[in-house]
Amino acid sequence: MSCLALIGRDVRLASRGGGSTLLALAFFAAIVTLVPLGIGPRPGLLHAVAGGIIMLCATLAALLSLDHLFQADFDDGSLELLATGPLSLESLAVSKIVAHWLATGLPLLAISPLAAFAMELPGNGLFALLQSVALATPAVSAMGAIGASLTLAAKRGGLILPLIVLPLLTPVVIFGAGIVRSAMEGMANGAALYLGAYSLAAVLLSPFAVAAGLRTNLSA
Amino acid sequence: MSLIAELLVKSLPLVRGGRVLQRDISFSVSAGEILSIRGPNGVGKTSLLRAIAGLLAIPDDCIIFRLHPNGIAAHPEERRANVGWLGHLDGVKRQLSLRENLQFHYRYNRGSGGVREALAAFGLGHLQELPAQYLSYGQRRRLAFARLLVDARWLWLLDEPMSAIDSTGKECIRRHIQEHCGKGGMVVAAVHEPLGVETASLELE
Repeated sequence: MSCLALIGRDVRLASRGGGSTLLALAFFAAIVTLVPLGIGPRPGLLHAVAGGIIMLCATLAALLSLDHLFQADFDDGSLELLATGPLSLESLAVSKIVAHWLATGLPLLAISPLAAFAMELPGNGLFALLQSVALATPAVSAMGAIGASLTLAAKRGGLILPLIVLPLLTPVVIFGAGIVRSAMEGMANGAALYLGAYSLAAVLLSPFAVAAGLRTNLSA
Repeated sequence: MSLIAELLVKSLPLVRGGRVLQRDISFSVSAGEILSIRGPNGVGKTSLLRAIAGLLAIPDDCIIFRLHPNGIAAHPEERRANVGWLGHLDGVKRQLSLRENLQFHYRYNRGSGGVREALAAFGLGHLQELPAQYLSYGQRRRLAFARLLVDARWLWLLDEPMSAIDSTGKECIRRHIQEHCGKGGMVVAAVHEPLGVETASLELE
């Protein structure tokens, strides 16, 4: 009940004016439009790299809103109120991660077919792309939450955040692009299993790290 | 939320940034009592409230809540779940309306008070659909206080509850503090001016 209330509030805040959902979608759309312009018109080149590029763009777009995940609540005192509530910090972390995924991961998943269209991704790669974005975004939300909880008290922590989080997301990009490649080349490489396992581990383990980060920053 | 019978603080040291603010604070507050904490700036009033709320790391077992009818809450996590906190920051979400702000806390805390009644009690009833970003600072403080009415906690920890509040607002806060304690709640407030309704006061120096 408390978890649902918090998730509902966060999704509502993200979807209001100036919220992170629109920001992530606009960023994603802008990059996906720019990349083909940068790569140039050589035939075949674009659709060979499409899967990897879209994965990377989705990861970066989800990352963009992460510094708001706890920072906004920390700055206006809401985090103290959430902490002095019925939820343990671990449950608080889980709710925040779920809310972040619902507010950014899910919308990104929904518009990635459009990106696939813009990047001329062949039809057989589309399902694989959806699969890889669906498996990757929870890991981005979970790993990102660790970074967000650690950089909470740092001024302009949003700048350090990608430095902490991006190395943790290397497997996500590698396996995510691997899923699309395997579908297009017609060769099974098990990337989906690895990405799924990584995502699952991230979602299950990160709440403890996030709670530790919050505990340190709240009681500092 | 459990009914708290007594708040016990014994031999609590307060250290901020390696500097010792207080060596040994001991006091107790029972149900129905209102304690005001006073003292000059930087003496540790806010830190003491944060320590009680479980928002500041302190040595084990310095602060204990005796619950009613039996049991204790001593671990910071248990203490956090049992306090109504009003700090310097108001915790008001600017993008949400006044009603949405309180509604969220009502659901999150599985509260008991009515949202409309709480807003009306602080003279904010006619503004309930207004996004909170258009409130004045004083009105935001009123909203923050109204939140305590829907949260349904027995121990209120108030840091400068009267700051930026006008005279009718102050009267309203006094009345609600007394009502809360009349029902068996307790209040610990850090203040510079006496609240006017306290039953005990603690001077830090």
